[in-house]
Amino acid sequence: MHTDVIMAVPAWVLLAYLVSGVCFILALRGLSSPESSRRGNRMGMIGMTIAVGTTLATHSPASIPEIAAAILIGGGIGLVTARKIQMTAMPQLVAAFHSLVGMAAVLVGAAAYLNPEAFGIGVRITPIASPSFISILPVSRIEMGLGVAIGAITFSGSVIAFLKLNGNMSGKPILLPLRHVINLGTLAAILGLIAYFIQDQSPWVFGTVTALSFLIGFLLIIPIGGADMPVVISMLNSYSGWAAAAMGFTLHNSAMIITGALVGSSGAILSYIMCRAMNRSFISVIAGGFGGDAVAGGAATAIDRPYKRGSAEDAAFLMSQADQVIIVPGYGMAVSQAQHALREMADILKKEGVRVKYAIHPVAGRMPGHMNVLLAEANVPYDEVFELEDINSEFTQTDVAFVIGANDVTNPAAKTDKSSPIYGMPVLDVEKARTVLFVKRSMGGVGYAGVDNELFYRDNTMMLLADAKKMVEEIVKALG
Amino acid sequence: MDFISILSIFVLACFVGYFVVWSVTPALHTPLMSVTNAISSVIVVGALIASATAGSDSSKWLGLVAVALASVNIFGGFAVTQRMLAMYRKKDRQG
Repeated sequence: MHTDVIMAVPAWVLLAYLVSGVCFILALRGLSSPESSRRGNRMGMIGMTIAVGTTLATHSPASIPEIAAAILIGGGIGLVTARKIQMTAMPQLVAAFHSLVGMAAVLVGAAAYLNPEAFGIGVRITPIASPSFISILPVSRIEMGLGVAIGAITFSGSVIAFLKLNGNMSGKPILLPLRHVINLGTLAAILGLIAYFIQDQSPWVFGTVTALSFLIGFLLIIPIGGADMPVVISMLNSYSGWAAAAMGFTLHNSAMIITGALVGSSGAILSYIMCRAMNRSFISVIAGGFGGDAVAGGAATAIDRPYKRGSAEDAAFLMSQADQVIIVPGYGMAVSQAQHALREMADILKKEGVRVKYAIHPVAGRMPGHMNVLLAEANVPYDEVFELEDINSEFTQTDVAFVIGANDVTNPAAKTDKSSPIYGMPVLDVEKARTVLFVKRSMGGVGYAGVDNELFYRDNTMMLLADAKKMVEEIVKALG
Repeated sequence: MDFISILSIFVLACFVGYFVVWSVTPALHTPLMSVTNAISSVIVVGALIASATAGSDSSKWLGLVAVALASVNIFGGFAVTQRMLAMYRKKDRQG
């Protein structure tokens, strides 16, 4: 019987999986500060080695060559990708990695479905006068069904997220008619079929659950716009964790369950942080339709109103005279790869005695922490980089706020204009600085929320209209 | 392990996850995503069991493909996390 099979696992194996789960907890714990983070990452590798080693040691060595080949191929691709990837492409990479976890969960679920005895979740039943067959335990059927469904959703959702982030697909929301009805219907069908799976383990039930889950993952992500990607990518992170946890339930494996729970909560918390930073509810993000990429010429009023335009020389002069400059980077900095030039500019300013700090809004960029990684890549020391709540009070004592590639996260309308779609969103108080230098490609474009930014027309704002990287390089030249 | 013990592990791990993740500094949220990505590939355990157990050829092949996919993630995820974390430097070291 089922319980006998599970009890047959030696105690040391269960302990080893537990140890590997603890290593994973320590890996995340290490991320509380950059100093301990590298040790944390090593703990993660140790945990993974223990989990894989234990599994290999307790199973027949007959397939070791094939398994080694699979690990070599996969590991090789992984290592090369990790080494070559541009830091600005991190969001795409993470989305791609999520999709692989999802697919692996689906495949493991399918393997367990086809060979339940291998996982100790099947009971051989021999009815009189008919051939014997293996019945999968009812609890395992639910766990397996859920695991495969979440895995499939993670896969197809992440593929769409990848295509949108990588620019293979427009970042604009794609809105199908009746999409809420279709989505809820599909979701209900999946849950209904998983319930039915308890009574009937025929392949068509398993297959339909899998197929519908692939479909719903696709449908859920296509209506979500590019700027909501930080939430989407966190949410998919969470799903990949729940998929691993569900598989852990199926396989009675504590390492998988602990990890799944960790990753699941991690993604959920990140989604929450991102939603709060945009003052939007999780439901409204998932419902989609908001936040396509900036559309050129969106607001007609933007062109008509008077604004001050400055040159790189003006900017260089203003900043070199300042006591303190706060740099506010956004997605535009990532797009034009301006981070290195920006650090060069900051270095020159620091040499002239100017204090330089960086202010990061939680949703700047396309994924949580996106700006921090890019600045770290450009060798900006992390103790010069501050989060919104830690630096917002400092703008009043700042001479120059240098906004580069950010827009909506600086819009004062979020604080004052109740009719604005971004009203209530926490923003950086850049307008309180004595002068705001705003680097932007042209006056025509609006931010992702499709709203005009009041900041452009204020007396203390100077617009620097150019590509972000080019503008910064010119400022560097003017400073030098 | 019976269902209740497994459920207990799961629920407690969710709480651990909740507190551990809130303590992660926002500056490291991107490495957090890539490392969680790498560790969620512990699903490779299931794939290894499927690949190493006789009984069904199709199950074995599905397992092997899953091993390869999860390996991309494990090696790629840890490596890219390491690469990112190596870039976070304090003030004194630059120049």
